[in-house]
Amino acid sequence: MSKAPALRLYALVYLLVLYAPIIVLPIFAFNDNTVVSFPLRGFTTQWFGEMWADPNLRIALKNSLIIALSTATLATVLGVFAARSSVRYAWPGKAPVMGMIMLPLVLPEMIVAMALLVVLLSIGVPLSIFTIILGHVLICMPFAVAILTSAFQSLDRSLEEAATDLGETAWGTFRLIVLPLVMPGILASFLITFTISIDEFIISNFLGSGRPVLSVYIFGQFRFPAKVPSMLALGTVLVAFSVCLLATAEYFRRRGIAKAGGKDTGGFL
Amino acid sequence: MAKSNSAEARAGWLLAAPPAVYAALLLAAPLATVLLYSVLTGEKGAVSTPFTLSNYAEILSKPVYKAVMWRSLYVSMLVTLTTVLLAYPIAYFVSFHVSPSKKSLWLFLITIPFWTSYIIRVSLWRTILGYDGIIDSTLISTGLMDSQLNILSNGVISIIITLSHAYAPFAVLPIFVSLEKVERPLLEAGQDLGESKLMTFLRVTLPLSMPGVIAAVLIVFIPTVGDYVTPELIGGGKTPMVANLIESQMLKQRDQAMGSALAVTAMLIVGIVSVVFVLMNRRFIGGQK
Repeated sequence: MSKAPALRLYALVYLLVLYAPIIVLPIFAFNDNTVVSFPLRGFTTQWFGEMWADPNLRIALKNSLIIALSTATLATVLGVFAARSSVRYAWPGKAPVMGMIMLPLVLPEMIVAMALLVVLLSIGVPLSIFTIILGHVLICMPFAVAILTSAFQSLDRSLEEAATDLGETAWGTFRLIVLPLVMPGILASFLITFTISIDEFIISNFLGSGRPVLSVYIFGQFRFPAKVPSMLALGTVLVAFSVCLLATAEYFRRRGIAKAGGKDTGGFL
Repeated sequence: MAKSNSAEARAGWLLAAPPAVYAALLLAAPLATVLLYSVLTGEKGAVSTPFTLSNYAEILSKPVYKAVMWRSLYVSMLVTLTTVLLAYPIAYFVSFHVSPSKKSLWLFLITIPFWTSYIIRVSLWRTILGYDGIIDSTLISTGLMDSQLNILSNGVISIIITLSHAYAPFAVLPIFVSLEKVERPLLEAGQDLGESKLMTFLRVTLPLSMPGVIAAVLIVFIPTVGDYVTPELIGGGKTPMVANLIESQMLKQRDQAMGSALAVTAMLIVGIVSVVFVLMNRRFIGGQK
């Protein structure tokens, strides 16, 4: 590989700018000053205490966890169905049906949210945590399908055939052979959809009718300058948590590919 | 053979049915409803017949709507341009100058910021760019400036900075993938035949990586047109884009027909711009597979 000092420098600066907000977070979360600006005033953990003391945060956190766990489970289960069907079987109409399932990836979220809202209101479904879950599953499903499709694709078809030849039923083959091999993909999909659901704002805001969830809570609090430092503290905790989840997801994804004897072709997207 | 084919088709259909039915009920049906509502007459919180095109006529004639549509379009075009231009060198660097064993790590590093809360990242840009925020206070305390820049007061520039930052990984990844497919012997051949490095890049590498660039443009352009959070938080509500307008029609004015017509118009504009862009670059896409 040739050396290219200018390009390397550019790459480092690019990464630095990319990470700028994430670097800023902990610096000012521990800074002893209500105003977020330089120079730094000294170390404090006061903002973390203040953040946790707000009972609204705990309600929002609980709601967000319920929503994210339900969303991740449902989206991953539906994703397994779609990915398995599209990788393993040939059927008429596959392209348009899969296209419809993947469509939320390219639709502005506001349009998805408003379309759902219009329908829910017109058939009289009251807005609740449940309606947020409905919307989140819809926008998380494409991510689950994408991750699981690559998991199913790296599966060796002859293993299944061997199991069937040895007398296993279709379900037995799926449970004993296919499922364990794609398990890392399933875990990765669960973690990714969980992260997307926790962070999602538009659907949580408009389909929840004021139910506090984390992203909506943060959005509201950032409007008050006095609340900014404790929001930076909350952000630090959330970012640390997301990075751990993603590193775990990436670990499982790579192990899954290695397990199935495939070649690593890069990130999640 | 025909029998096993139809059995396979049935098995495939059955398996795909749960997610397909879910998407049909919660996505296709709502989108169809929006399309229907857009040609009805809207009053406070309700829609009624007869069918009419007056909502669309209003969008085409009222300067407020036109101004917001134009702003959404040019802001997202500028964001796309900035994001893709800045992303190309980094994708090139990872593809050509990073050893194969470290490529995954670089891609992982580039994607991490994308997976952290969007709300928090956008809000942070407000504290970074704002009056006496991090940029201002850094410039003043280091003596580079003696008054506040207050970049945040310029809504459009702040929105462009924030969105370009948010969508960076979306642009890097597809360009990287297409650069990876460029066969290295072709480049050596170019140089052996006397082309300079720059000319090899312009005549071989760049055209071969255009499918990735086109994908990157679409992946960044389509969602940024409909972004809601950034104009709301960064623009402070003073520089609304089309998503903010849809929200205000649907929820504040409670005119679902007009809101639907705006949503349909926005999707049409995005669709037309994307198709025109792809057609303009048709020659790069053909023959790649």
